[in-house]
Amino acid sequence: MLSYLANPLRFMRFSRFAVPICFALGVLMIGWSLYNGLFIVPPDDLQGGDLIRAMFTHVPSAWLSMGLYAALAGASFVWYIWRHELADVAARAIAPIGAGYTALCFITGSIWGQKGWGAGWHNLILGDSRLMSVLVMLFLFLGYIALRAALETRQKAARAAAILALVGIVNVPIIKVSVDMWQTTTIHQESSVLKIGGSEPREDDEGMNPVYLQQLLWGFGGHTLLASAMILMLMRAEVYTQQAERQIALKLEGH
Amino acid sequence: MTAPAPLLSAFRQAFSEAWASGAGLLLPLGFFAGTATLVPFTLGGEAELLSRVGPGILWLALALSSMVTLERVFQADLQDGALDLWLQDSGSISLVAAIKTLTHWLVSGFPLVLMTPLIGFMLGVPTTKMIPAMLGYAMGGLVFFLWGGVAAALSASVARGGLLIALIALPLYVPALIFGVQMVDAGVDSPSFLFLGACTLFALGVAPAAMGAALRLAAE
Repeated sequence: MLSYLANPLRFMRFSRFAVPICFALGVLMIGWSLYNGLFIVPPDDLQGGDLIRAMFTHVPSAWLSMGLYAALAGASFVWYIWRHELADVAARAIAPIGAGYTALCFITGSIWGQKGWGAGWHNLILGDSRLMSVLVMLFLFLGYIALRAALETRQKAARAAAILALVGIVNVPIIKVSVDMWQTTTIHQESSVLKIGGSEPREDDEGMNPVYLQQLLWGFGGHTLLASAMILMLMRAEVYTQQAERQIALKLEGH
Repeated sequence: MTAPAPLLSAFRQAFSEAWASGAGLLLPLGFFAGTATLVPFTLGGEAELLSRVGPGILWLALALSSMVTLERVFQADLQDGALDLWLQDSGSISLVAAIKTLTHWLVSGFPLVLMTPLIGFMLGVPTTKMIPAMLGYAMGGLVFFLWGGVAAALSASVARGGLLIALIALPLYVPALIFGVQMVDAGVDSPSFLFLGACTLFALGVAPAAMGAALRLAAE
């Protein structure tokens, strides 16, 4: 699949159809999960009532912030080894989308935490380890974007950015572990997506109520599709820009 | 056995660079002392509070003052052509880069370690914590200079790259900072100390290769 699409011509043909489909499906799925999540599902009486509705945006964006950084590093690796132009175009397109989702994850998480963790905790946003590792992630993305913007030629920017993305990805697990050890008393709940619980609220039930899980999975799918559509759009724009630049260069040479 | 010529020249050059302009050496020291001096003004002069936050403040000052000189580590070599000469030589550019950052640490990072007892004493840090703190600052400073060196090498061809270097390097400082602060509290025979050591070794292994790749790019 990937090697098939590595041909820019085939990529452009594929993405012409993929962008609108991914976009429409993504928006529909996000809309469905938000409609159900905000208006239909009952408030969660055990954990902050209506605040659980933030989850349908918060958790998918958390997954995308990690996933997109891994994708960024993957694309950078492919570009660094095989120098395939499309991989660099992809890395360049992933960065702003990933930064956006990381910011979204941090914002929704702080709102949720600020209201949900209540007065028993110190209402610290900059004190919870899982929120902090998201924030550090955001700075990794911002550093990547800033480095790309600072270097003059495209080739140089691509190489430097690829080195940075690879240095970043080997550090991400270490940063994650160290931040987890910094605040052993995180108040952020354990991941419960993979534990399916009963539909009746019970104090000892660790899993997630299927009513919520369903909306969450719609959100997952929708945001993943929307992010793919946005990345493909940026990639198409970049390919067109490069083509235009090439034609201008040819014109100037008098062909 | 003698060290290969490029490595020696890199060491000598980095060393004399720092000594030749007295301000180059004094700058991070002054910055370090100045940052630590500002703390009582921002947090208030309570003795108990200051002695509790003292080690953390010194870590922050160390991380920030390592930034002061980073911008110059590779930029001067790029401008005066030394980088091209090192690249033409058969030696490894990664090794040269490692030597340069280590020398920089020796000249502008290590003095901060030596100054730590003085400032720590003024902040009221307990004397029993001073030795682990100094050990931690020495290792943590090495991590800061190595990752900072990667950021500096990546932005070597950017004019006025200081802020860019800070933005790139600060997330990479996080693990050493966390384990470092923990080990000052927990002492030398704690897991945090081992983790800090692991961070240092990891940076020593990965950063020179990244710096080498970045410098090869900067010279083009």
